[in-house]
This record gives sequence, structure tokens and C-alpha cells, in this order.
Amino acid sequence: MNSVRFLYAALIATALIHGTYLISLFRRYRRLRQQMKDLGK
Amino acid sequence: MKRAFPILAVLTTLFVAYGFYLGLFVAPTERTMGEVQRIFYFHAPSGWTAFWLFFVNFIASVQFLASAKPSTQRAANWIVIAVGIAGAIAPFIPQVRQELPTGVYPGSVATTMLLLPVVYLLIGKYFPGRNLDALAVAAAEVGVVFCTVVLVTGPLWARPVWGIWWTWDLRLTSTLVLWLIYVSYLMLRRLTDNAQTPVLAAVLAVFGALDVPLVYFSIWFFRTQHPQPVIGGGGSLDPRMASVFWTNVAAFSCFGALVCWARYRVELMNRDVEEAHAVESLQDVGSSAGVEAKPAKRRSML
Repeated sequence: MNSVRFLYAALIATALIHGTYLISLFRRYRRLRQQMKDLGK
Repeated sequence: MKRAFPILAVLTTLFVAYGFYLGLFVAPTERTMGEVQRIFYFHAPSGWTAFWLFFVNFIASVQFLASAKPSTQRAANWIVIAVGIAGAIAPFIPQVRQELPTGVYPGSVATTMLLLPVVYLLIGKYFPGRNLDALAVAAAEVGVVFCTVVLVTGPLWARPVWGIWWTWDLRLTSTLVLWLIYVSYLMLRRLTDNAQTPVLAAVLAVFGALDVPLVYFSIWFFRTQHPQPVIGGGGSLDPRMASVFWTNVAAFSCFGALVCWARYRVELMNRDVEEAHAVESLQDVGSSAGVEAKPAKRRSML
């Protein structure tokens, strides 16, 4: 059974889902930190 | 804590990488399914991580609802303790013991039930007041991410093994319903903005959590397309596979906890910013009326 490509697809999908979420979380953090700095001025 | 985060992030990354290495290169190849069975080492641990994150969301939501009045909070604490003790004793009663599915041991049920009041009281102690709501949001959001991984990797495993991407059996459907419940929970939080939103979201979370045992036990009590349990439940897993599986469960749990922590801190920052904006606008109004508003105390990230 040539199923290795499904394993690779699952690995890539997992990495993409977690990667996308971590990037969005980091962007949210950066935006909030900037807002806090602006409020502190 | 601010310094601990990068260290924990590096350690968790190494742990997850080690788990993947074990799953992809060290664990033996399954005889009938072949290489694709290795999806198991990140499909199932993602499911477990999603479950415990939804459990944290459930506990935080109950605590948040109960914290409305001190008397309600006290009553809820005692109810949870009573449920935990009763649940720990019940599996040892012969009539109840007979009803337990094959492979479910009274000791493991008792331990799980005793953990319930412990986790409940610890969350209440370390996340007081509005922080409970922030924890609930963080756990739900990260839980949805892990549940998405389960729903995406499941069909990728099913296609070469079952010959189909999806079937509407109880395990798969209840998992999809669970995901939809928590997505609607997050949408409720994002799209509504009034004082009642946290309460409504907490009520939805309590009802949503009822789906978690249905998802988990669906393969124990019903005949489904999804395989019967290989961990407990009378299933048998090669010891080398089991050790890799448990390593990955631990690695994914650490990763989930770390991301949940980061998301929790971001949520607190978000609330501080909103509060500061509100104070600023009050100051604007107050300055014209001669009243001074006190700025909110800021938190640092992580």
C-alpha cells in the first residue's frame, strides 16, 4: 500500500495548523504590546 | 515567569521533535496498515490534548459561573468534592464494577474521579475572578486548534486504510460536533461585546463539555467504523508502540499547556488594553467634568 504520501500530508497539515495559529498568536501579542506602549506614552 | 517561558518553549520544542522522531523512525511499522499508521502518533495525542483543554475550559466555566456569589462558590466546591468522592467509591461497588467496559479498571476510574475536585479547586485558587474567564477562552481556543488537527489527520489516515475520507459514524460525527460547539463558543466571544457575554459563553461551554465523554466513550459502547480502543478498553498495543504513544501524549500535552499559557497571557493583556482604553475615555469625559480616573495596572507578557 503506497500510503506514505498520506503520512506526509498529515505531517504537513499538522505543522501548518499549529504554525498558522502560533503566528496569529504572536501577531496578536505584538499588536497588544504596541498598544500598551502607545497607551503608556 | 517571564524568563521561564523561552526556556520552557525550547524544552517543549525539543520534546515534541523527539516525539515525532520516535513516531516516524523508531516505532515499529504496523503490519496491515504500513507506514500510514504512524499518523496515530500525532492524531491520537492531539485528541487527548484537545480533550483535557476542553476539560480545563469546562472547569474554568463552572468556576466562573459559581463565583457569582460566595455562597454559590462554597456550595459548588462541596458538590464537586462530593461527586469526586462518590465517583471514586462507586467503581468498587460490585454492581457498578460489573457494568464497567472491558479494560476499564476501577482504580483508574477512581483516580480520574479524585482528580476532578483537585483540578477544580486548584483552578479556583490560582485563577481567581475574571482570570477564570480568560483561562476558559485560552483553553477553548487552543483546544479547537488541536481538535482541528484531529479532524484533518483522521481523514488522511482513513482514506488509504478504509478507502473513504469520512463516514458519519458516532466517533467522527461527535468529534465534528464537539469542534463546532467550541468554534461557536469562540465566535460568541468574538462577535458579541456586552457584560453578559462571559456568562453566556460559560453556559455554552458547560453544555459543550457534555459532548467530550460522548466522543471518548463512543468507541467503547458502540460499534463504529473508527477502531475500538487500543489503549485500555481491552485493546492491545505493542509495548514499543505504547511507549512511543505515551511519549507523544506527554509531548503534545506540554505543547498544549505552553500554548494555552501564552494565549492566557495574551488574553489578560487584551483585557488590560481594553480597560486602559476605557479609563482613557473616562479621563477624557472626567477632565471636562473635573473628575480624575485611575489608570489600570499593566501586566507584562509571559
